[in-house]
Amino acid sequence: MRSALHAEWTKLRTVAAPAWLLLGMIAATVALSAVATSVVTCGPSGCGGDPARTGLLGVQLGQALAAILGVLVVSGEFSSGMFRTTLTAIPRRATVLTAKAVTLTGAVAVAATAAVLGSLLAGRLILHRRGFPAPAPALSDGPVLRATTGSILYLTLIALLALGVAAVLRDSATSIGVVLALLYLLPILAQAIGDPHWQRLLERTAPMSAGLTVQATTDLDSLPLSPWAGLGVTAAWAAAALVVGGLSTARRDI
Amino acid sequence: MKLLRAEWTKFRTVPGWVTGVVTAGLLLVLVALLAGVSSDQKGAPPVPTGPDGGPVTDSFYFVHRSLAGDGSITVSVPALTTSVPAGIGDLRPGVVPWAKAGLILKQNTRQGSAYAAIMVTSSHGVRMQDNYVNDTAGPAVRWLRLDRAGDEITGSASADGTRWTKVGTVRVKLGPAALGGLFVASPQDVVGLGTRGSVSTAAFENLRTRGRWTAGAWAGEHVGAESPTFAGYPENTSGSFTEPGGGFQVTGAGDIAPAVRDSLPTGGALDNILTGTFAALIAVIVVAALSITSEYRTKLIHVTLAAAPGRSQVLLAKALVLGCVTFVAGVAGTAVAAPLGIRLAQANGVFIFPVPSPLRVALGTGALLAVAAILALSIGAVLRSSAGAVTTVIVAMVLPYLLVANPFMPAGVAIWLTRVTPAAAFAVQQTLVQYPQVASHYTPYNSYYPLAPWAGLAVLAAYAVAGLAVAAVVLHRRDA
Repeated sequence: MRSALHAEWTKLRTVAAPAWLLLGMIAATVALSAVATSVVTCGPSGCGGDPARTGLLGVQLGQALAAILGVLVVSGEFSSGMFRTTLTAIPRRATVLTAKAVTLTGAVAVAATAAVLGSLLAGRLILHRRGFPAPAPALSDGPVLRATTGSILYLTLIALLALGVAAVLRDSATSIGVVLALLYLLPILAQAIGDPHWQRLLERTAPMSAGLTVQATTDLDSLPLSPWAGLGVTAAWAAAALVVGGLSTARRDI
Repeated sequence: MKLLRAEWTKFRTVPGWVTGVVTAGLLLVLVALLAGVSSDQKGAPPVPTGPDGGPVTDSFYFVHRSLAGDGSITVSVPALTTSVPAGIGDLRPGVVPWAKAGLILKQNTRQGSAYAAIMVTSSHGVRMQDNYVNDTAGPAVRWLRLDRAGDEITGSASADGTRWTKVGTVRVKLGPAALGGLFVASPQDVVGLGTRGSVSTAAFENLRTRGRWTAGAWAGEHVGAESPTFAGYPENTSGSFTEPGGGFQVTGAGDIAPAVRDSLPTGGALDNILTGTFAALIAVIVVAALSITSEYRTKLIHVTLAAAPGRSQVLLAKALVLGCVTFVAGVAGTAVAAPLGIRLAQANGVFIFPVPSPLRVALGTGALLAVAAILALSIGAVLRSSAGAVTTVIVAMVLPYLLVANPFMPAGVAIWLTRVTPAAAFAVQQTLVQYPQVASHYTPYNSYYPLAPWAGLAVLAAYAVAGLAVAAVVLHRRDA
């Protein structure tokens, strides 16, 4: 396992794309969060909506880059034929996939921490400059801490979900299409559905709308499900994708 | 021509790509089916529709007598005041710009019947309005007159009751037993992210009638009290009229105007039914990106460029084939999805806002998918990475829509996003109309787009053309 991890880490480190994707994820997350904080309508009593959620809005963009990385870690090897070499070196396929998942988790978690903390810092500075020092989310606040750690975990889980999907589908375009459809499409479809019962069900089970409830710090009663349970739904999606991906890699020819 | 054939052969012989494009069409239909079936408003009161078939708000306080033929009515409106609730039962004076008080001639008291009216408004001066959608501005004075000659009705305004200025003449089918008199309407106050009810009271003086009016007392009633387009009176208020010392004091709420999203929140628009466009879009983008990146992956690009050294032509041929195929899939999908979804939703009691041009929506949706496919192809040619290309185009087109759907996004930002990002193209599906004489949240979230349908598509097309140009340059400069 150690050598497998070392191999995966070397692959991730020596190719240019992962580093750029992670940097891009940080930049995109912080940028969109900052823009959202600077445009949201603010009144004397505070800003519209949930300030922590607005300040972490960039996660909705950053997750796309985390997903690309998750997909490429697997599908890149399939398209270049590298996977045969990998399996020649380490024949236990489960070990290979686990090693990939672990290295991906580490890399994305570090970048996600930078992205989320950067967003919070940017949000504080912007709110301060706009003249709203009071409602700026602070890490010492319990719900804000939950939103922060939750967002870091969320980004990591999305990368793992993408890895699992790519292990099943193998083609990078199809995999990223499916992952982004799961993330972005389901919330849009939920809006089109008239029946509030179905709508609620879709909001509870879709990986993005459920997972991002972890960012909520106000008005918790109106959420489709509680913050940590929401992140649990995303974790279930990622786990399911990894299990199916593991089985599919183990059973099928390369 | 040979190039086109070659590209068409490549496209048609990859089962995954054909499946992808067919899936795109099917997704449009499937989501429309889902949206139609899942809606349930059976038993809701019917939405009133005006003479042109469009949904209307027709709820107001009406003080009337009947007018059997030609005649005229004159009044002055010295005061119009509006109250808005600050809390439950706590009414405060406020300004609702389109609060109205004036004279109206109406076919009958049925909601949606034909009418012509002249009125003073809180902030928009004297207006002459007829049949819900028509609106003419007049001078800012307090004397009003309506003259009826057959179906021709002339509205006039005056500062002193002696020298009159004509505001407009309209033709309205009033029928033999028309009603005429005073009215007061007070539309919802548009504040922040929502709306709240309002109530207005007007003082009328110098009421004079000439012509074939029936004798007897004036009768007062609230027209359209039960209506999905009327949110009701604020707590502890109601419509009424009194006759203190020869004048009239009339209190009313509601509006006489075309219905918009805010006044008819239960209504559905065609673009809600066509939400499947997003799903179709993702399928099409994946296929489009693959059509170029897989050539690089399989090294087929060497053969392609050896056979046809004109590299831009290769790109153009690919774009044409992709564009045509996705256009056909989009048009076919919409042509089935739109009528099907509308039928199903209507069967479940949902009111669907009228679709002025189904052809434009179908062709526009096809064009949207085609242009998005060409954009994905160009980005795929530049990045040579299918994951990157797919993500770029999906994020550029779908994420703005998600951000716009956030109710806390200020209207200005939402409108900006639907002007400059490729998501502007969804304007091509819009069917709702913005009325200057109705205050409402005209935001993309409510399916009101800032750009005209084809202008929105042109924004996406501009991105695609720019992408194609960059791709052509890059294809020339770089080794394959």
